[in-house]
Amino acid sequence: MATVTYDHVTKRFESVVAVNDFNLEIPDKEFLVLVGPSGCGKSTALRLLAGLEEITEGNIYIGDRLVNRVAAKDRDIAMVFQSYALYPHMSVHDNMAFGLSLRKTPKEEIQQRVHEAAQILGIEELLRRKPRQLSGGQRQRVALGRAIVRDPAVFLLDEPLSNLDAKLRVQTRAELSKLHQRLGTTFIYVTHDQVEAMTMATRIAVMKDGLLQQVGAPQELYDRPHNVFVAGFIGSPAMNFFQAIVKGPRGKMHLDIGSFRVPVSVSRVNDLLPYLGKEVIFGIRPENICDPECQPPSTEAAPVTAMVDVTEVMGSEVFLHLVADGKPFLARVDPRTTARPGQEIRVEFDMARLHAFDPTTEQAIGLGEKR
Amino acid sequence: MARRNPSTAAVTAAPLTLALRTGRRLAGRMPLHLALIGLMVLWSIPTIALLVSSFREATAIASSGWWNAIKEPLDLTVDNYQRVLEKQGMARAFFNSVIITVPSTVLVILVAAWAAYAFAWMKFPARNVLFLLMVALLVVPVQMTLIPVLRLYTDVTVDAELPILGGRIFGTSSFVGMWMAHTAYGLPFAIYLLRNFFGSLPRDLFESAYLDGASDLRVFFRIVLPLSMPAISALAIFQFLWVWNDLLVALILLGDPSLAPMTLKISNLVSSFGTNYQVLTAAAFISMALPLVIFFALQRYFVQGILAGAVKG
Repeated sequence: MATVTYDHVTKRFESVVAVNDFNLEIPDKEFLVLVGPSGCGKSTALRLLAGLEEITEGNIYIGDRLVNRVAAKDRDIAMVFQSYALYPHMSVHDNMAFGLSLRKTPKEEIQQRVHEAAQILGIEELLRRKPRQLSGGQRQRVALGRAIVRDPAVFLLDEPLSNLDAKLRVQTRAELSKLHQRLGTTFIYVTHDQVEAMTMATRIAVMKDGLLQQVGAPQELYDRPHNVFVAGFIGSPAMNFFQAIVKGPRGKMHLDIGSFRVPVSVSRVNDLLPYLGKEVIFGIRPENICDPECQPPSTEAAPVTAMVDVTEVMGSEVFLHLVADGKPFLARVDPRTTARPGQEIRVEFDMARLHAFDPTTEQAIGLGEKR
Repeated sequence: MARRNPSTAAVTAAPLTLALRTGRRLAGRMPLHLALIGLMVLWSIPTIALLVSSFREATAIASSGWWNAIKEPLDLTVDNYQRVLEKQGMARAFFNSVIITVPSTVLVILVAAWAAYAFAWMKFPARNVLFLLMVALLVVPVQMTLIPVLRLYTDVTVDAELPILGGRIFGTSSFVGMWMAHTAYGLPFAIYLLRNFFGSLPRDLFESAYLDGASDLRVFFRIVLPLSMPAISALAIFQFLWVWNDLLVALILLGDPSLAPMTLKISNLVSSFGTNYQVLTAAAFISMALPLVIFFALQRYFVQGILAGAVKG
């Protein structure tokens, strides 16, 4: 059990900066998810902590101990790899016992720990099998079991679900959350899938191009993204963005998007005042655009007329791919909608949920204030 | 048919019975199988001829072709083998061959596996340059090195009376000298083959083992060696055959006829018994026997090992 601290950590591979001045403190027992697109440095950040890569600059602490020069095996961590990395010539039991036997743990204790872990994961009947005789899901459990028996201070998980099919992934997600609660250990989990991040994390750290973009609780990241990247990355389907110009007197401030304009919510007028007459990036999530025919309008609904390009029926909802003035955007509406491709329909933007970003810095406008 | 879309084609194909489909597949492969069988027979004929001739009388060999033995199976004899083993000293030569070949094979595997592991998975300065130099040695012909090695051996001859190994520990006419020479000649290819195989093992396995607390030594013995048995077996067969069949190195470095391996002995038989085919055929077949046994025992690994590293994963 331990706190993990990244203190101004940088990792360079020759001229490429994989992790850039990374600062993060992960409290004990937290389930932190590092998320970002491929090549954003999230796996490298994890491998630096594991001791599989050397730090170029900065310090990493596990608890109070500086671990920069500590060998991987002495860091009291266990890692679950994307490929599971099970030893193919050893039985499940031996795979799980390998680390303990190398640490000269007494045989009875090894037996006890392996059986306990197998029981937690429901793989007791598989202990004699070889990895090739297991399904993907079972292999994944064995990899987890191998980490559990070590009873480490920190669990590192590098995209452990990406080789599972969709259904198993959903199931394993819940099991991992339960496991975290049961073990009460710090979990650091790397994924490119924002759904995994949202569903399991205590806190999410979003990375892009080696830089930490934002850290926070899942709902906080969803409600108050700090920049355009986080806004677009968290939430599925992704947020819609429009280039807009802030216009109008203070009392009737609105965003001019070309062929249509939407009023600025009263609560956001002060934030946008410095941008009067200037361009901003206006963002709205698909779920904040509704079809007024089948949903009650919000108090700050702004009507917009758009052409339906494609409809995607999900059962519980319908995704409408809309085009207004040549600008495509997506609405997530009630399944009772009558909208069909080729039709012109009226949708409503819930302006109370407006997001605005500076077009040069791409940072959110009016951060820190209540929205 | 051409205008049908794939789904309708699939529907028509569905009622075809499994037997019919299997039959079609076999028929499609027939030319390939025939060609393979033909080649196999062609390649085996000399060996079969050698085997049959080695059991025939000298007069029979001189008067008729080996295939006549099939008509007169009762005329076959083991005299040739008796004569070669007892009178020509082939038994001692067989023993010498084993003494030279086994350590030369074991040494190559031991040294090459260590070196290959280091080249594949350990970080040290000039690793790639050293590996490149090692691979470059593959193009140096053995013949070029014989004179320098011979001069070196005559300069550093160490004499001592030892059982089995003869009167010399090192230098020309010593088994140790032969082991060193064969090991050195075999290493570049062995390291190259094993490094490529070790290098194709997934990195995650090594990292997982390091995190589990394994040292390089443990990783080598507990992970790399068990997973590399196909490559190591293939290398063992290659190296064994090269050393077993070697005439050149033995001819140059072994002066003492009592230490001569079978290849050297047979070549001497050729010059002294130029026309005595029956003795030569028996001797040749004795020299083939052990490699054949080893090949058939390890052939499964051999085939796997040739493909070693060809496809990753």
